[in-house]
Amino acid sequence: MTANEPTLSVENLQTYFFTKSGVVKAVDDVSFTVNKGEVLGLVGESGSGKSVTGFSILGLVDAPGRIAGGHIRFNGQDLAALPEKAWRDLRGSRISMVFQDPMMTLNPVLRIDTQMIEAITAHEKVSKEEARQRARDALGQVGIPSPDERLKAYPHQFSGGMRQRVAFAIALINKPDLIIADEPTTALDVTIQAQILHEAQQLCRNTGTALVWITHDLTVIAGLSDRICVMYAGRIVEAGGIDQVLDTPHHPYTHGLIGSVPSRNKRGTPLSQIPGMTPSLLNLPPGCAFRERCPRATDVCLTEPEIHVAEDGREVRCFHPFLEEALA
Amino acid sequence: MLAFTIRRFLQSVIVLFVMSVIVFLGIYAIGNPVDILINPEADIAEQEETIRRLGLDKPVWTQYFTFMTNALQGDLGGSFVHNEPALRIIMERLPATMELAIGAVGLAILIGIPAGMIAGLKPESIVGRGIMAGSILGFSLPTFWVGLMLIMLFSVMLGWLPASGRGDTVELFGIQVSFLTWDGLTHIFLPALNLALFKMSLVIRLSRAGTREVMLQDYIKFARAKGLSEVRVIRVHVLKNILIPVVTVLGLELGSVIAFAVVTETVFAWPGIGKLLIDSIGNLDRPLVVAYLLLTVTMFIIINFVVDILYSLLDPRVRLGDVKS
Amino acid sequence: MSRTEIIVEEKTGVVEGQTPWRRFASDFFENRLAIAGLGVFVLIALSAIFAPWITPQDPYDLMQIDILDGRLPPGSVSGEMIYFLGTDDQGRDMLSGIFYGLRTSLSVGAASTLIALFLGGGVGLIAAYFGGRVDTIIMRIADLQLSFPAILIALILVSILGQGVDKIIIALVGVQWAYYARTIRGTALVERRREYIEAATCLALSHRRIVFRHLLPNCTPPLIVVGTVQVAHAIALEATLSFLGIGIPITEPSLGLLIKNGFDYMLSGDYWISFYPGIALLVTIVSINLVGDQLRDVLNPRLQK
Repeated sequence: MTANEPTLSVENLQTYFFTKSGVVKAVDDVSFTVNKGEVLGLVGESGSGKSVTGFSILGLVDAPGRIAGGHIRFNGQDLAALPEKAWRDLRGSRISMVFQDPMMTLNPVLRIDTQMIEAITAHEKVSKEEARQRARDALGQVGIPSPDERLKAYPHQFSGGMRQRVAFAIALINKPDLIIADEPTTALDVTIQAQILHEAQQLCRNTGTALVWITHDLTVIAGLSDRICVMYAGRIVEAGGIDQVLDTPHHPYTHGLIGSVPSRNKRGTPLSQIPGMTPSLLNLPPGCAFRERCPRATDVCLTEPEIHVAEDGREVRCFHPFLEEALA
Repeated sequence: MLAFTIRRFLQSVIVLFVMSVIVFLGIYAIGNPVDILINPEADIAEQEETIRRLGLDKPVWTQYFTFMTNALQGDLGGSFVHNEPALRIIMERLPATMELAIGAVGLAILIGIPAGMIAGLKPESIVGRGIMAGSILGFSLPTFWVGLMLIMLFSVMLGWLPASGRGDTVELFGIQVSFLTWDGLTHIFLPALNLALFKMSLVIRLSRAGTREVMLQDYIKFARAKGLSEVRVIRVHVLKNILIPVVTVLGLELGSVIAFAVVTETVFAWPGIGKLLIDSIGNLDRPLVVAYLLLTVTMFIIINFVVDILYSLLDPRVRLGDVKS
Repeated sequence: MSRTEIIVEEKTGVVEGQTPWRRFASDFFENRLAIAGLGVFVLIALSAIFAPWITPQDPYDLMQIDILDGRLPPGSVSGEMIYFLGTDDQGRDMLSGIFYGLRTSLSVGAASTLIALFLGGGVGLIAAYFGGRVDTIIMRIADLQLSFPAILIALILVSILGQGVDKIIIALVGVQWAYYARTIRGTALVERRREYIEAATCLALSHRRIVFRHLLPNCTPPLIVVGTVQVAHAIALEATLSFLGIGIPITEPSLGLLIKNGFDYMLSGDYWISFYPGIALLVTIVSINLVGDQLRDVLNPRLQK
């Protein structure tokens, strides 16, 4: 692995679900990279394929889905070609994941220390005592007070925010190179959310861990990530540096998303919304998936647009992007 | 927790009271108590003496009172055939039945839970489907006939196991138990298996449903995301979650197993209280029948009560309550 | 959390112009096992009903059996009689015995189930309709009974009532009524809140009319499911009690008694006396269970496609 190699490089990933009703292309030709210490935001609505992307990277896609094409390179290694055992060695130690609902992520009938210690002993031969010590340190690292008592407790004895911190602690415990966080703060209230975001950012800066933060909430991403990818109906429709994309969105969908954020709307005027609904992935309309909701659509949009990469690294998949107009 | 315990206790007492009234009414009011409680072979003087002692010539209220007083002192009448107090005879035979019942429950758990888990993990496989079909057979087949077939197969045709009776016993804490001897084990295996079959089907179905449900949960996915081996995921994460509902149901079923032992004990000539009951009915030894009914009902109520309390202790969510940080 | 975030559309399976009965029938017959179960059961029922006409012998007519023909293995021939399934110790033809026994089993099972259904169903309906204390008292009693194992209740009732076909039926009814009461009460409680009941009440229809003409028909599907499965249980319970010697008296035919008889001879190798009646019992119960399972899947509104 060379020093400049990205931690994660996803190339033309395709994850399809082969159901009785047809093939659902949950992730269709998705590509992005994440460098060491970088935070990438993966943004999209429900059904856009962002969570499935996250699971694909860990190899946790449930049947009837599977990775149907493309490459996932982690520190240069192609994951899709790996046997299950090798993948399992990576999970939890070099790549870890944090899920959305902290209530159901931790097993309710097992103690916290059990669930943390097993994450360590699955990858290293250490004594229980040493593992417990590391668990205690990890809890301290995420800001949980009195870790000794907390270790003996059960998940239901924690509040939502604490549980999510525990989940982060588990994700960090083996000092991974990459963390995938799938909407981890969606279920928490706003103040806790802000805290966790800040702490996550600090952690990544300090340890050099790459972070992929999956969310549907632009405001969360704004203060946190370095770069952003916007997904729609299984594809990336726009990508670039966070400031670039938020200030001057190119894709009409991104444009609509930003416009619909409440704080951007003038008080008293109705909230602007993107008309229509996300299409069903079983019945995608021909051409651009956003065509039916797009104010700028024309006949050429009946063919599928390709990703266009600009010199500054920004990407957009559209025939009619907003190029020079800044937001009003 | 304390309030819960007290409330359940009171409920149990009420149920016990109601059941005693029902049994009492059944014997004394519907049946003819003279026939039931007095040995027809005793001479007239003895019969009249017994009538007076049992208060059969008095109004119903008094009779019930006498009946209950006697019962609470452990006097449930004397067996006609054995000429001993009914309660003592039952107590002698009780260990055999308990042994059988616990063995049956143990087998149901030991075989049922893994089988159910396998069926839950691979529902579409041949093994999975086979297990489910087997469980349907398990509760469709009448227990007594299965017992006969087991005897036919393992005793008559193969000659591996004895066909009836209890094996050699050893004394443990003052009770005679047979599972500590090899001979005892060979004797107990078939009847315990027979008795277990019905419950095993229940356990298999519960375990399967529980496993399927648990496998869909996020914490299983998270466990995998931690890099745990699938074996550990199943052995620790899945198992513990399905254990709680399964064990609870099984605990409640223990009473039913004891009652059902009547059939198995008859088929295998196992000297427990079930066989005693059937023999007594045949011998018209009615005090013994009454004693058996009362005792079983009481045991049943006690078991239900204990299981209720235990369940609330087992589930950490119920036990510890929520603590906000 | 939506782990897969897939919106999958299912096609609905409604065909134009189907009446509810047609749809029920077509749903039911989708499952081949259920068809097999139903077929087998019909066969059994028919052979039981027509037993006196189709069996070579009436095994309970003492004039027709010859004790010298006792304990013959299956396929033996004696004089004009071919004993397809052998004979028992009294010389009774097993095949005929099985048919007659099935007759008793099925009629006892059906009779007790129907009576329990009407009694229990009626009680449950009353509880649900009137609610309040009536409901609580009735349901407490039902729950109390349901918490005891069926066999124990049967034992209690049989000890009190004694032997005889009618007493067995009463005992079985006593065991089963609570299931029906519970089931119908659950459904009725849901239906009671529906608007058509409200409308009927507004029209000032009598209680009786509302309960019987409006509430009842909508509560029947779960009853049918429970009833079917319970028939199998009743048959099994009767056989068990007869086997133990406290069920049907020995002068009447019963599969349980046949099996009990055969028990003594099994150890000497004359297996057929217990084996074949057991198979007959088994096939009957399994076929009813298969039908009941499919009925449950079909009539369960939550599984409607």
